[in-house]
Amino acid sequence: MVSLFDILGPTMVGPSSSHTAGACRLGLIARAVAGGMPESVRIQLHGSFAATGEGHGTHRAIVGGLIGLAPDDLRLREAYDEAKAAGLQWEFEEIDLGDEAHPNTAIFNVTLGGEQLVIRGASLGGGRVEVSEIDGFPVALGGSYHTLVLLAHDEPGTIAAVATVLAGHHVNLATMRVDRTGRHQDALMTIEADEPVSEPAVGAIRSFPWLRWARVVPKIA
Amino acid sequence: MHKSIESLIRDAEQSGRPLPQVVLDRESAEMGIAPEKIRARIGQTLGVMRGAIAEGLEGKVRSASGLTGGRSKRLWDDGPRILGPRVTTILARAISTLEVNAAMGLIVAAPTAGAAGVLPAILISVDEFAEGGMGEDRLIDAMLVAGGVGGVIAQRASLAGAEGGCQAETGTAAAMGAAAVTWLHGGTHEQISTSIALCLQGMLGLICDPIGGLVEIPCIYRNASAAMQAIAAAEMALANLDFPVSADEVIDVMGEVGRRMPSAYRETAMGGLAATPSAQRLVQIRPTKRPSGASS
Repeated sequence: MVSLFDILGPTMVGPSSSHTAGACRLGLIARAVAGGMPESVRIQLHGSFAATGEGHGTHRAIVGGLIGLAPDDLRLREAYDEAKAAGLQWEFEEIDLGDEAHPNTAIFNVTLGGEQLVIRGASLGGGRVEVSEIDGFPVALGGSYHTLVLLAHDEPGTIAAVATVLAGHHVNLATMRVDRTGRHQDALMTIEADEPVSEPAVGAIRSFPWLRWARVVPKIA
Repeated sequence: MHKSIESLIRDAEQSGRPLPQVVLDRESAEMGIAPEKIRARIGQTLGVMRGAIAEGLEGKVRSASGLTGGRSKRLWDDGPRILGPRVTTILARAISTLEVNAAMGLIVAAPTAGAAGVLPAILISVDEFAEGGMGEDRLIDAMLVAGGVGGVIAQRASLAGAEGGCQAETGTAAAMGAAAVTWLHGGTHEQISTSIALCLQGMLGLICDPIGGLVEIPCIYRNASAAMQAIAAAEMALANLDFPVSADEVIDVMGEVGRRMPSAYRETAMGGLAATPSAQRLVQIRPTKRPSGASS
């Protein structure tokens, strides 16, 4: 749905809603999915992101997002210095994902706490973004809802258990999506909600023995 | 948001509410946000717009590529010669915001960053031209009218240069501005609708061919010319000049032209001005420094 502030906004650091604001949002979502600022990250840029990114501040904006700067934060201009000060290690490389891939695609190869995660997303235009893949699981995260991402050992009853906890904490679900790599392996759940998912609710979900990890991806203004 | 100018105006006429109120009520209902909060946020948005105009006109901003910066101040200091000072003011302000944008400054993408100069230049200037000013409340109302028009175009056509060329970006911004200014000057619903049609018909077919793929040249100048297109359309509509094709139909034509536009003219820097020898020479000076980070 189009909102008035998609038209009269976003308020952002220039020069491009797709290549700067959108790039920053992808960095912010990757950071949230990783569970915090990565220790190190290799970012692969495809298509227009690779070809015209430098002149659009795309690299800076992505690095800025990874250290938690919002699209309207003027520190994005000095994002490299800010990131060095924050202790982030990063490197960029160009990648050709073929004609089918969205021209503004970025792949984040994140390392944090001995864990590695691959997050793929694209900037769709006007600052809107979509993360389409987490560690090979297909997802559709746009940052327009309060989102919970859960990796669980795939066994019967997990979906019902999560839904029950959320209902108990009065979280109104907008969407819920589950994908599995195979039976009795892992399942990735993405849950989009109108309201922020409270710490106690996330805590209750984290206490399930079959849960591998739970990450909160906040709504991006 | 409304999906046609016709339904937007019909809503206002059937309910007896002013046009800005119709846009505000719809947004409030769809997004679940209180009307006064929406108005307050628009007020903040206007503040950012004013800030960007002022920053650019100081003449100090420069983009990383070196392609833009400082021109708005030169125009401001050196004009006017042919038309009155108001024209120079609007042109300089449109360029100013885009210069700030290119230099990674803070702007409002209305509806996109590449077209961010048009609406502020028009609204802030028209406010200033009115004796005693228009007042913040009426400016917020005008922004609501502009937003309502932009919402229709977003749903019927496109706002992205990569999809519909520059007509989708500066064309939309100009149509939003034309409607807002016509409303601010007491235009009837018919005049507002006509101002949109008159403005957009003059922007049809405009390609997106930025040099080096950067939101700089010709973008800063296209924002200036789009702002003038908007003012011209408002003047003509307010004088009851008519247009035989409805606003919604012109918007649909813009969408159709965008879909048929070759990709070379849709923000790929593969055609148009971007593909000229002069442009190619300029692009070679583009810096490519991209330091990797290591914590130290």
